[in-house]
Amino acid sequence: MPLALVHARYQLLEIIRIPVAVVGSAFFPAAAMLFFVVPFAGDDPVGATYATAAMVTFAVMSANIFQYGVGVAEDRDQPWNPYTRTLPAGPAPRLAGRILAGLVLTYVSMIPVVLIAAVATEARVSAVQFLLGLGAVAVVSVPFTLLGLAIGYSLPSKAAIVVAQVIFFPLAFGGGLLSGPDDAPGFIKAIAPYLPTRGAVELIWTAVTDFRPDIRALVMLVVWVLVLAALAGWAYRRDEGRRFS
Amino acid sequence: MILARAEQVSRRYGEVLALDRVDLTVRAGELVGLLGPNGAGKSTLINLLVGLRRPTAGRVELCGGDPRDPASRRQLGVTPQETGLPGTLRVGEVVDFVSAHFPDPVPRGELLDRFGLADQVRRQTGGLSGGQRRRLAVALAFVGRPRLVVLDEPTTGLDVEARHALWDAIRGFHADGGTVLLSSHYLEEVEALAQRVVVIGHGRVLADDSVAAIRGIVGVRRVSLVAHDLPALPGVVATERADGRLHLLTSDADQLVRDLVTAGVAFHDLEVRPTSLEEAFLAITADDRPAPAAA
Repeated sequence: MPLALVHARYQLLEIIRIPVAVVGSAFFPAAAMLFFVVPFAGDDPVGATYATAAMVTFAVMSANIFQYGVGVAEDRDQPWNPYTRTLPAGPAPRLAGRILAGLVLTYVSMIPVVLIAAVATEARVSAVQFLLGLGAVAVVSVPFTLLGLAIGYSLPSKAAIVVAQVIFFPLAFGGGLLSGPDDAPGFIKAIAPYLPTRGAVELIWTAVTDFRPDIRALVMLVVWVLVLAALAGWAYRRDEGRRFS
Repeated sequence: MILARAEQVSRRYGEVLALDRVDLTVRAGELVGLLGPNGAGKSTLINLLVGLRRPTAGRVELCGGDPRDPASRRQLGVTPQETGLPGTLRVGEVVDFVSAHFPDPVPRGELLDRFGLADQVRRQTGGLSGGQRRRLAVALAFVGRPRLVVLDEPTTGLDVEARHALWDAIRGFHADGGTVLLSSHYLEEVEALAQRVVVIGHGRVLADDSVAAIRGIVGVRRVSLVAHDLPALPGVVATERADGRLHLLTSDADQLVRDLVTAGVAFHDLEVRPTSLEEAFLAITADDRPAPAAA
């Protein structure tokens, strides 16, 4: 088995044996679905589909930013982490394993959102759109994974929790995840295209509806991926485990 | 063949200079003990040699390459700290995980057998006893059939029996041609295992020689006797009173005995013995302490 899969497998094993961790990242988007989407947009097939896609983006974002941001920072506090760094493997398999495990958990954390949408709202997608949506989720998780890794590798765990939360909400609201494609307040419309959340949600809307994405938002998403990849790579390289002075 | 080398290595953490121009060479087949009190810089030196940290100045080398390059670590075995095992994973899973990193790992059953853990293969590491965890941690260093094993405080917290079992495993590995770098503040351990001792204190190498030579360099002898009261005597490094006897450590036993006699002290049962490594080591690192007054 390739080393990346080995790392992914053990990451997942560790997480699955403490299932509350999985519930945590699934809860928030599911709750938002129940409190905001079902009562306000549940009866409108188009609105509900858009809102569900936005909640899926929300789930992807929260699963990745917190899982990597907080998870990596906490791992770095554990003596097991420096030990694994003495094994004859470079950063690539460990990182790839983490990302694979993260992707699996991202899909798991979306299940409640999708189930609520199917059962309690009029949101509907075709089979092809559903599959496209699954693919879009994988693409969209890239920038948030990188963002989480950058946080996790550059900060101690207590700071990582705070920074992840502080970054999380402005990105979610500013990117217009909590409003429909066209009914966002003016200032959000102005800043949204420049945030990675906007490009992400537009990609998912494009996959599951007949939405036409704003090219600006997609270009910015690519720019964000490049910037965040550089940032995460830099944070990883300067990391020597927990620092004391 | 040199397996690990530090050349004029310094490492600074903020204001603290943890290592100060340290030189160390470990050749194939050696069993080197790294001895020093907590905070002396042992762990920092080990972290540099296994690629966990970068030196602030100087050069470290592992199996002929940079320890931060994964290829240099292919023949290296390291022990995680016992507290660091992932508690939710089972013993067998932890071994499999580490095995996956090596081209020709020791089969799981064989390894666990050797370290007396065969019955624990299905247990989660969080449920093991401290001794079992420690044995698993040490076992992991041997998974990849390494040439060099680096053990940082391998038997901390073990009972005597378990410690001796681990020593046997380490000796067996060395007898088969393996190279060991072992840090400890258990002086007994270094004395029992190592041929060569490197004493580290305050981030510097204080001594680097054979166990016997280290004792010789220091030349500390233990003069023990039964006496009521002693005047202040020159050349006494440390004094302790145990079981009705006075034990004096000195670098010149002959002179001390002469001084005792000329001082006209009433004593009997005089004994002069070479010191244990522990006593020698205390004497080397005692430089910055005020010389203890004679009792």
